[in-house]
Amino acid sequence: MAHVETGPKLYGLIAEFETPEQLLEAARRTRDAGYRKFDCYTPFPIHGLTAAMGVREAKVPWTVFICGLLGAIGAFSLQVWTSLVDYPLNIGGRDLLSWPYFVPITFEGMVLAAAFGAFFGTHIYNRMLTYYHPVFNVPQFARASTDRFFVCIESKDPKFNRDEAYQFLQSLNPISIAEVPE
Amino acid sequence: MQQTIKQSEIRDFPLFEGQQSYERITGQITSIPMERHPVAWTIMFGLGFIGATSLVMALAWLLINGVGLWGINQPVGWGFDIINFVWWIGIGHAGTLISAILLLLRQAWRMSINRFAEAMTIFAVMCAGLFPLFHTGRPWVAYWLFPIPNWLAMWPQFRSPLEWDVWAVSTYFTVSVLFWYMGLIPDLAKMRDRAKSQLARVLNGVFSLGWRNSAIHWMRWEQAYLLLAGLSTPLVLSVHSIVSLDFAISIIPGWHVTIFPPYFVAGAIFSGFAMVLTLVIPFRIIYPKLSEYITMNHIDWMAKVMLATGWIVFYGYLCEMFFGWYSANQFEQFLVVNRFFGPYWAAYWALIICNGIIPQVLWSPKIRQNLLVLFIISIIVNIGMWFERFVIIVMSLHRDFQTSSWGMYTPTINDWWLFLSTIGFFVMMMFVFARFIPMLAVAELKELWYKLYHGHDGHGGTPTREPKPTAPAPQGGGQ
Repeated sequence: MAHVETGPKLYGLIAEFETPEQLLEAARRTRDAGYRKFDCYTPFPIHGLTAAMGVREAKVPWTVFICGLLGAIGAFSLQVWTSLVDYPLNIGGRDLLSWPYFVPITFEGMVLAAAFGAFFGTHIYNRMLTYYHPVFNVPQFARASTDRFFVCIESKDPKFNRDEAYQFLQSLNPISIAEVPE
Repeated sequence: MQQTIKQSEIRDFPLFEGQQSYERITGQITSIPMERHPVAWTIMFGLGFIGATSLVMALAWLLINGVGLWGINQPVGWGFDIINFVWWIGIGHAGTLISAILLLLRQAWRMSINRFAEAMTIFAVMCAGLFPLFHTGRPWVAYWLFPIPNWLAMWPQFRSPLEWDVWAVSTYFTVSVLFWYMGLIPDLAKMRDRAKSQLARVLNGVFSLGWRNSAIHWMRWEQAYLLLAGLSTPLVLSVHSIVSLDFAISIIPGWHVTIFPPYFVAGAIFSGFAMVLTLVIPFRIIYPKLSEYITMNHIDWMAKVMLATGWIVFYGYLCEMFFGWYSANQFEQFLVVNRFFGPYWAAYWALIICNGIIPQVLWSPKIRQNLLVLFIISIIVNIGMWFERFVIIVMSLHRDFQTSSWGMYTPTINDWWLFLSTIGFFVMMMFVFARFIPMLAVAELKELWYKLYHGHDGHGGTPTREPKPTAPAPQGGGQ
């Protein structure tokens, strides 16, 4: 493993592993070592990885719930408002507020809004459309989408020190360690 | 899922064939769009392209002349347009069933066919949407169906099932596209990372939105994916239920029955699985790489689902006969007799033979392993399901309450032209999909492979052992 030079701008250090088990162990140990600003990169979702990293969040489910609720309320109110307020039609004296007939569209409105919430919520939280990201600068990173598993300790971590992080990553027994230039 | 799959099931019902690895799964599937396409692709795309071109011409001719070109009349105001609409929508439903319901039921075998089936859903819904759109007669004012404030100060009739249909189908299409694209993003990133040409890298890069396989992104992606599945499941049931309410809310004999929503949903899944088989069998031959992931076990399970849903549909036919008799209503009773022996008796018996009798050969495990026979049965079921909609729509309308208003319906050449052209369009879209997009969900397959074999075994099952579908069988690998 070639010793890497310290550039002026460093995004972080990235270590490469061969199996999900090794990565899970590495993620757990990185967390235990006190690092907080780090991320893992895997070709497929690995069960328990975010738990090992100490990340817990439910932003997406909450977004979906709120969007679904707003969708349902919106669709129902639309029907009530058009039928009762904006353009009431008296058809043989039937109820204007015929709410059972409003159920299907209320349901569809809920699903539609919730699905938009799920899709766009995920991508907004993930900051998608970030076409440039420093990790792409590392040549071996191309295999992150195929069969390699990575841990990247980021330089913005308050505990980050290039040499210490390097030694720490080496203690995890990775296939390779590389510097990620900003 | 890991805990719920028994080792014996993995051995007896391998979900992969041959020596697999993360690298191989990724390579086999993503290489298809990158390599030169097979000759069969050119032929099938060409045929589909002719169909799609003919669709454009059929629609142009329709717009010039109006729906008078069609065979619809009084009393049969709904003809091919609604038959084909319901038929195509039904086909689409298997895609959502596979991608959403089987995901929630933790059926491991869905991973190999979900992407493919979802693409089928999207293209089938596109074909479906055309028919009611043009049946309105003035498709350029179709926006009146949506609650858009306009100069007429007019709102849609929210109490009408036809308006519910507009909401259900457009929501269904939108959610299907979102669900499909959501699953596709990580795989497009794989294509980007492996692309050989600059153009492929840029295009896949743009459409994968900068996906970089981050664990935190995967977490949100999984949460959203599961939630989308949870939303799609009631959605797909609601869509065909609402389609059935177009009929069931009316008082026409044969339509005004409570069994319609579940009966329509079962029929939709039945025809959808038939269409998945119709597509998967030739695709496995055109792209032999796929058969490592869509194994004979998958085909076998799909055939079983078809058999089971076929029985639900057949139960629906029996119920309709029972309702006719039990209603003690002369019009309902006459409808049943008219179906059996009326002028359209051939359509009714074709339906019984195609959907009720012929699929029974699927009880035989040998038949379920015979691709040619399965392919033929799947086509027969598709035809049978088309007849089902013909029977429901035309037979109820052409002879209702007053003999003075009885009539006959004969589709014209323009009806057939439009219908057959949509099949061409559908075929073209499926082959366009195969050309540019990874046909199977690579990330999900690798995850499944990891869960089954922990990345160690190196095998997809035990290659020396033949699959034994007759053994006391789990319906899917992961119950």
